[in-house]
Amino acid sequence: MVAEGLRKVYQPSGFTAVDGIDFALAPGEAFGFLGPNGAGKSSTMRMISCVSPLSGGSLRVLGLDAATHGPEIRARIGVVPQEDTLDEELTVRENLLIYGRYFGLPRPVVRERADRLLEFARLTDKADEQVAALSGGMKRRLTIARGLVNEPEILLLDEPTTGLDPQARHLLWERLYQLKSEGVSLILTTHYMDEAEQLCDRLVVMDGGRIVAGGTPRELIEAHAGREVLELRVPPGDQAVTAEKLQGLADRLEPLPDRLLLYTEDGETALAAVHARGIVPITALVRRAGLEDVFLTLTGRTLVD
Amino acid sequence: MPAALLLLERNLLIYRHTWYLLLAEVLEPMLYLLTIGVGIGQLVGHVPGLDDHGPAGGIGYSVYVAPALLATAAMNGAMNETTFNMFSKLKLQRVYDSILATPMTVYDVAVGEVCWALLRGVLITLGFLAVVGAFGLVHSVWILLVVPGAALVGFAFASVGLAVVTYLRNWADFQFIQLAMLPMFLFATTFYPLGVYPRPIQIAVECLPLYQSIQLIRLPALGQPGTALLLPAVYLLLMGALGLRIALPRMQRLLLH
Repeated sequence: MVAEGLRKVYQPSGFTAVDGIDFALAPGEAFGFLGPNGAGKSSTMRMISCVSPLSGGSLRVLGLDAATHGPEIRARIGVVPQEDTLDEELTVRENLLIYGRYFGLPRPVVRERADRLLEFARLTDKADEQVAALSGGMKRRLTIARGLVNEPEILLLDEPTTGLDPQARHLLWERLYQLKSEGVSLILTTHYMDEAEQLCDRLVVMDGGRIVAGGTPRELIEAHAGREVLELRVPPGDQAVTAEKLQGLADRLEPLPDRLLLYTEDGETALAAVHARGIVPITALVRRAGLEDVFLTLTGRTLVD
Repeated sequence: MPAALLLLERNLLIYRHTWYLLLAEVLEPMLYLLTIGVGIGQLVGHVPGLDDHGPAGGIGYSVYVAPALLATAAMNGAMNETTFNMFSKLKLQRVYDSILATPMTVYDVAVGEVCWALLRGVLITLGFLAVVGAFGLVHSVWILLVVPGAALVGFAFASVGLAVVTYLRNWADFQFIQLAMLPMFLFATTFYPLGVYPRPIQIAVECLPLYQSIQLIRLPALGQPGTALLLPAVYLLLMGALGLRIALPRMQRLLLH
């Protein structure tokens, strides 16, 4: 998959959701789009799944032009949308059966795959229940199973675990690993950093419709957050004064409402230096830098809606 | 198998569980037939038929009303599907979003839903035809032309419904549909012949799609099939084509944004 100068402008508002992005994907890779709400992740996903016309640039999926070969591309990819769009009027099994039929698959093939996918999604016991009776986690699993009915070469997942409890998330991750090991390419959007670190070989961070950084999770952390983070909790009101005193102790200093973050190569040494300057924080914590730090550094800390 | 028919398959899958909902739509024309056809018919006695070529001495009032109710059943059976049912699929359940992520296209969805709606109209009409038969109101075997007739009426109204549904913003907007449908139902020679109106109003009534639908079904039902059926048939075909023509690009914009 190759995208060049990909743009999405919504009419009639003229709102630019995706503002000229480039990315490329190798077969079998797990690729992530990270970014705050409104960064343009979902719009990008909709263009890749050929349900949203491009406003500019070019996009080739599986070697085919997305602008002209929509149905051919859609036949070979699986889509798991952000909101469950299951057919509420049908049972769990019927959802898989009819979805397979939309791909033009013969009935016996669809029946056999539906049984296998129900097993995969651990929904065999619920096969004949109405979709409305399922829990959030079950609906999500069914939506993923549905996206696999055509045995896609690429699976697109838009915020696959948003709103799920920890057990349901881990079960989903395990299923996604399994797919990846079977050679299915994964493209996902998320704003959970642990999810991105767990699942993605490579990812890009989007903000305001643009790609602001890209690479493997390790590369991104090293480039944008350093190795370790020293978190200091100081009494409210003392932050400005403390921050002043801390100047020069770290590569970068980030004041949060309740804490001060010091990005540094060696957290313990930095902490010793803090003590040496006579600063006594309420608590101090040294931890490895993570994607969350990258994310906050790149996309800012103000709330985006 | 054409992709559009897969949507028909989906709807049949659903109606396998809820086929009895169609019976409810047979009930409505049945109530009109009982109250107005049979009830008021007691007072009216016979109507002179359709024109001078009608049966001598006229026909029973309920025999006259029944074909109009058959046409109305076909119209409502089809249009309820592409307006009420489709509105919730389009705006609330977002059924089509997931369907369009497959090789299916907006064209397949539109044509598939129109096919299903007209089939639904035909099924409801057949159900009501059984009622009409049971009441002993069948005047001529030509009434069987109601089957292709209902399909054509269903096509015309399903397509127009498809165009209308793309303009609806919320449930309150359905009042506008009622505002058009109810007067049409009352004035389109459903309960009395065109002859009661002065000529200028006759012309207006003749332009109504339900009038043409009633003609298409009433003429054969009263034993008068012939070239007079051509005009309503062409009218309804054009109306259906126009509905699709308006609906398709609008659905395209609505679903693929």
